[in-house]
Amino acid sequence: MNRFLLNTVKNISSISTRDFSVSMKLEHVQFMSRMKIVDDSKLARDGMTYKRAPKIIHVYNKKQIGGIGDKVLLAVKGQKQKAIIVGCKNYVRKDGIPNFDSNNCVLVDDQDTPLGTRITAPIPASLRSNPNCTKLIAIATHFV
Amino acid sequence: MIKIYEKLPNLLRRNTNSIKQTVELVLSRNYTNTVPDKILEKARRSRLGAAVKGPAVQIENEPKLEQANKYTEAERDYKYIYPDFLPNPVYYFRDKIRERLERNDMLNRRKQITIPEFYVGSILAVTVSDPYAPGKTNRFVGICIRRDDYGLRHSFTLRNVVDGLGVEILYDMYNPTIQTIEVLKLEKRLDDNLSYLQDCPPEYSTIPFDLQPVKLLPGMKVPVNTTKVPLKKKPWRHAWDRKSLRGVILPEIKRYEHEEYMQSTSEFKPYQKWDLMKNYRETIHDDDHREIIQDIKKFESEITDKREVITAAKKLVRTRNIPSENSTPNK
Repeated sequence: MNRFLLNTVKNISSISTRDFSVSMKLEHVQFMSRMKIVDDSKLARDGMTYKRAPKIIHVYNKKQIGGIGDKVLLAVKGQKQKAIIVGCKNYVRKDGIPNFDSNNCVLVDDQDTPLGTRITAPIPASLRSNPNCTKLIAIATHFV
Repeated sequence: MIKIYEKLPNLLRRNTNSIKQTVELVLSRNYTNTVPDKILEKARRSRLGAAVKGPAVQIENEPKLEQANKYTEAERDYKYIYPDFLPNPVYYFRDKIRERLERNDMLNRRKQITIPEFYVGSILAVTVSDPYAPGKTNRFVGICIRRDDYGLRHSFTLRNVVDGLGVEILYDMYNPTIQTIEVLKLEKRLDDNLSYLQDCPPEYSTIPFDLQPVKLLPGMKVPVNTTKVPLKKKPWRHAWDRKSLRGVILPEIKRYEHEEYMQSTSEFKPYQKWDLMKNYRETIHDDDHREIIQDIKKFESEITDKREVITAAKKLVRTRNIPSENSTPNK
């Protein structure tokens, strides 16, 4: 009897601790997804160590799903700040375009001028042809 | 063995009665394909059996795997050197005319640039033309993680860690914007798909961009790197513990939890390796890719002829330059 009870308890515990996310993650950059700010500015440094991680409020895009070079509105440290997406970990793979291990972005002013003075992550080389990112590329260190 | 064959008929003549008894026993019980354990043990303990004290034939100088030696050897075959030429094993997607046309295109592309032999796990450097870059080229170095798709659509992905951030780039192999594909280190790994490197510590996928190419000795087989990579703690990108990976050290999981976890999933299929029909469907028959290999061999012989012609032309150019140099001191 005791053995039977133990087994049932074990089964219930295993079900309660099991991860139910069996299917693959989509990894879309969209509303409410957490981002990593790859920037040298003070807001970025404070926002990454703040109790709530920086997350997306709005994507300036018709699809509402962000890609490389898209503009985005972030909630950082209780403030609203615009940013440009610099790297995604999405599974939509195209020839020659890199996928990163994290979703990266760079804080940006209303006139597309970055707040920081240096970018600490590699940047996809396809951004060079983007006319909105010319000021951002001037700060970049590595291209991939 | 020869001695036993010689003695066999005599033994059978002597033991006809015992054989008759055993046959009767079996037939009386209406067993279809099974033999009772008593009869089996009798046969094993008989002079013909000789399986009581170890195996019947002792192998002297048994080849031992040298675990201290990091590298072991693997086979070399056209199937593995040119996996992009093989058609799709799913019969529904196949079309012989399209395959032939694609093969022609691939061979024509291979005349323009040299696409070397490489495997999943070897380190590559790819340069792509980029009109916006200052040098008009873009170079990337990384481990080959996986190779996907068939025919002209064949692609491979490279992985590297730059500035502490993992980067993966997919390249179509027959993309005309690719300028060169170099192999810096020819190697194989234990698995055919290394995408679990995403969830490993970064030191296992960091490669310096100025890595010098490591040359193999001529006639040497492709070495297999048997390093096992430890995984990080959960959460992972995929459930790696449910896949049968050889090159991975999983973190400690309680045994009863792990077993239940494994058996609860749809991927728990330990019987798959004995599924002959599945293996047959996934592999391509030798008769099917005989035509392909003939085409490749013809192409390789053409290329060697072309190279010889080029070297001869270079020699001719050199000989023309020599008399002009000799003529100057005479004046």
